[in-house]
Amino acid sequence: MALKKVKGNIERMFDKNLTDLVRGIRNNKENEVKYISQCMEDIKQELRQDNLAVKSNAIAKLTYLQMLGYDISWAGFNIIEVMSSNKFTLKRIGYLAASQSFHCDSELLMLTTNMIRKELNSQNQFDAGLALTSLSCFISTDLARDLSQDILTLLSSTKPYIRKKAVLMMYKVFLKYPEALRPAFPKLKEKLEDPDPGVQSAAVNVVCELARKNPKNYLSLAPVFFKLMTTKTNNWMLIKIIKLFGALTPLEPRLGKKLIEPLTNLIHSTSAMSLLYECINTVIAVLISISSGMPNHAASIQLCVQKLRILIEDSDQNLKYLGLLAMSKILKTHPKSVQAHKDLILQCLEDKDESIRLRALDLLYGMVSKKNLMEIVKKLMLHMEKAEGTLYRDELLSKIIQICAQNNYHFITNFEWYVTVLVELAQMEFGSKQGHIIADQLIDVCVRVTAIRPFAVNEMSQVLDVYASSTQFTIMQDVLYASAWLCGEFVTELQKPESTLISMLKYKNLPQKIEIVFLQNILKLYARCLMLYEIAEDYDKIDGMYEVTQKKLRNSLKSPEIEVQERASTTLMMLEIVQEEIMKRKEQKGNLIDEHEDESDETKPTTKIDEEHTVAASLMVLFAGELNPVAPKAQKKVPVPEGLDLDDLIEEPSLDESSSSDSEYEQMGNLFYKSEQKPDRERYQPELTEEERVKIREARKHEQANNPHYLKGAAKRDNDNGSDNYQVEDIPIAELALPVQLKVLSKRSDKYLNLESGKSKKKKSKSKGKEKRKEKKVESSTDGEDDAPNVIVSQNIEIPEGATLSDSESSHDNMDDPHRALNIDLDLPSFEESLVGHPKLTDKDEKKKTKKHDKHDKKRIKDKKSAKKSPPQAEDLIINDLLLVDEVEQNQQDDSSHVKVQDEILVGDNEVQEKKKKKHSKKDKDEKEKRKHRHAGDGTADAGKDKSKKKTKKSKRKEGDKENTKSHSKNVGKLKMEFDTLVKTDDDYEEAHGISTPSKEFR
Amino acid sequence: MMQFMLLFSRQGKLRLQKWYNAHPDKLKKKITRELITMILARKPKMCSFLEWRDLKIVYKRYASLYFCCAIEQDDNELLTLEIIHRYVELLDKYFGSVCELDIIFNFEKAYFILDELLLGGEIQETSKKNVLKAIAAQDLLQENFYGKAKTKN
Repeated sequence: MALKKVKGNIERMFDKNLTDLVRGIRNNKENEVKYISQCMEDIKQELRQDNLAVKSNAIAKLTYLQMLGYDISWAGFNIIEVMSSNKFTLKRIGYLAASQSFHCDSELLMLTTNMIRKELNSQNQFDAGLALTSLSCFISTDLARDLSQDILTLLSSTKPYIRKKAVLMMYKVFLKYPEALRPAFPKLKEKLEDPDPGVQSAAVNVVCELARKNPKNYLSLAPVFFKLMTTKTNNWMLIKIIKLFGALTPLEPRLGKKLIEPLTNLIHSTSAMSLLYECINTVIAVLISISSGMPNHAASIQLCVQKLRILIEDSDQNLKYLGLLAMSKILKTHPKSVQAHKDLILQCLEDKDESIRLRALDLLYGMVSKKNLMEIVKKLMLHMEKAEGTLYRDELLSKIIQICAQNNYHFITNFEWYVTVLVELAQMEFGSKQGHIIADQLIDVCVRVTAIRPFAVNEMSQVLDVYASSTQFTIMQDVLYASAWLCGEFVTELQKPESTLISMLKYKNLPQKIEIVFLQNILKLYARCLMLYEIAEDYDKIDGMYEVTQKKLRNSLKSPEIEVQERASTTLMMLEIVQEEIMKRKEQKGNLIDEHEDESDETKPTTKIDEEHTVAASLMVLFAGELNPVAPKAQKKVPVPEGLDLDDLIEEPSLDESSSSDSEYEQMGNLFYKSEQKPDRERYQPELTEEERVKIREARKHEQANNPHYLKGAAKRDNDNGSDNYQVEDIPIAELALPVQLKVLSKRSDKYLNLESGKSKKKKSKSKGKEKRKEKKVESSTDGEDDAPNVIVSQNIEIPEGATLSDSESSHDNMDDPHRALNIDLDLPSFEESLVGHPKLTDKDEKKKTKKHDKHDKKRIKDKKSAKKSPPQAEDLIINDLLLVDEVEQNQQDDSSHVKVQDEILVGDNEVQEKKKKKHSKKDKDEKEKRKHRHAGDGTADAGKDKSKKKTKKSKRKEGDKENTKSHSKNVGKLKMEFDTLVKTDDDYEEAHGISTPSKEFR
Repeated sequence: MMQFMLLFSRQGKLRLQKWYNAHPDKLKKKITRELITMILARKPKMCSFLEWRDLKIVYKRYASLYFCCAIEQDDNELLTLEIIHRYVELLDKYFGSVCELDIIFNFEKAYFILDELLLGGEIQETSKKNVLKAIAAQDLLQENFYGKAKTKN
């Protein structure tokens, strides 16, 4: 019987394996779903068996199905079963399935902790490797906390295979459990000098990742990395190191100066494109950080730009793309050197590849000058006509506008040209989203450039004439919005307001928001025409105009949109009132004419109506006043009136029970029930204790902090709720227009140049607008030749009195970023490190430091805010350490009160290292003590565990440490041998060559 | 850090997926679908880089298979191409002139190789030889098991 069962199991095991499943799916292409659901049934059957081999087979199949998109979360428990097998083959499948399907929120993970721990400590390196690989995919906060110690221990494993994986795994642990970083860091640092190149490169990877996010904590590692950079030839690692330097240099310009030379050497020598690209990027970062302080940095830039030109000229599209990308970084700080390659960039605009064209467009932004703007824009417009694909067209359009509008229309010498361009753009076909960009530009230009208004408004009137009645152009509709508004607002500039009014009245089928603009502006135009007719005393024309307008408005009354209806009826009513008044005047005038029929012509001028006394004037009052743009942060700048504290309680909490609200309640109560029910009110109005009030207040504050619609005062209140403050800054702030009037005072600049004439280069003195409050200087162009006549662009924006625009921006730290928590000052901390790194400190100092550190630690746990700055003393130390003082050197002069300053960054060859190691074993005794201290520091982590456990752990650790030092000295001995092997396998480690050119492709 | 790696065929069928950040299945599927359609729509002459959300996509086509990686903004695109190429070389060495079918039928092996090359989205071993050695050793462990199983039979 038992035999039969076993046999059955074995049969089942070989009955349908993964290959069969895959084949089956391929053979059942027509009814794949049905076939798979059948397989799922089989798998479920198999999972019910006791035999682990059968189960693992089932799990392997499930893993395949998961990739095809089937849900296998139900099998989580079975996967764990297979993972727990002690046979490597089965385990391997289990761990693969886990890494593919487990999610870090899964509750199942709790079950895996001990199992994974067992594997990590396994004798077989591949068991541990398997566990590490898999764990990296689904590690959760709990797992990271529970296993961090085990993984840390693996860092000193004798097998490089394990060390390497453990090092990389530590990064994942840090992300989930930032508290692990501090205790693990010294060991991680050690691994940077690991004899195994794989481990070393892994450690570089991890530190590089960490440092990119929080560079300032890793500045002290610069000497180590510098040494690695100049001695190693493994390109994979070099790229990471150079990237790391790119992150560090902005914080420490001196580092940048040191870097320039080795980096330029690399740029000259390397054949690997990936390395070259990284070097250029870092050089750019360096150059940005040291700005103009260095005399020969022009040469470096020149070199970069040259190399980039080579990349861009390459036939490989990838290099071209990256070259352009890097160029745009240079453009920001050194536009001149990029401008020299304008030809190349314009050429890239013709490229077949859209992404390359887009990159080139980015660069174009910095290429324009007053002289060539028109030419470039013309070219872009040609592109636009040819271009297919709405995405690229849209991009082109927004780029054209961006280029023209940059720096407050700095490069535009002729606004008539620009308005024409905008109108032409509007006539092209786009995705419907782009219309508003053009409309915004038109309005912006007209509002800010007074001089262009007559031209623009008449242009707009033509647009209205042509397009108001057509329904095809979605993009045009948005532009109509602008046209209608502009014609209404600047109606006095119109040459023929009456014909514009007529074309405006032709509109049909407009979207609601545009139709209401039409209605509003029809009224403005009407008022204007009315005035003109009144002055001319042409009452017949007024009647005619009234008839036509009224008729159109009555149509709009039938609109389904409520807003349109309302505007239409308001406008209509207004017109009727005005018309009545006009009729009266007409009669009056008729009477007058009757009376003075016989009188001579000379009396006529006396009846002439002057502008102020027309009916139209009273109508126009409605639209009087100039509109100005509102500063983006205006609302935020409104000062809180003196004596108003927004956080103050409006009503002091009354301790008296029979407060006014109670009596109110009584009255209310009497209304609805009899007064016998009065005692019940205790239930409704429980008294709030002080604590509860505080709680409620806190809750309210929290609610406010998270409510984007709640407007915060600009004043910071660091003292009372410092911990909440950083959240508050993230809140978007809504802007409201202010009723503060600002006068636009910009002089008319000289008459515009002719459309095509770039020829007229008469220098004209720039006239500056007198502006009452805010004045940004119109940047004078750096090029002498560039000094074409300037049109004044008003920069007035409305902000409250006394506020300035330059106030600091609120920081935009993302709270969800795991790297925030990893922002730990690693130079302050751990005891061991402080001894090794800064031997200058006397014992007393050290004690002080640890105390500080402890405090600091607690603080950090309390509010996970970024670590506070180290005390100035320590900071100085760090900076001294940074480059000038060699670490190893320091080690030797234990009580040196004077620091030997060395110019060279790196020293430390093997010899010194050996000395260091000897020192290490000497210091063993000290270290024991240190360890005690550190334990005290770590106390929080070990808090729950009992003392006995601690003890055993401690002793274990000591043992481990001894072993560690032993292995180290062995390693030193081995070093030479290892080095030899390294040289042999050297080409194995040096294979990052930039562009992949596959030797063998798939067939 | 690499965020994920996808392998898919010209027909848009997913052949391999490795996620270095845990995402819910739904999101994974959505991302996969989006990227596959995006990349398949690109013409062969176009460059291998895409900007997508806040990530950079680096892809490369080898015969009928697309290898696609997502990296962070400040990662090196060329290095990522290098990793892809290294992976292809490893597959090639391991299977001996690898083809799409090899990966379909031995997809777990493909994963194992990838796991020896990358861990947690970072390059773990830059030496081809070492990767192959590790894989071979583990395969040996596995074969021993099968050997035993066979003798049991």
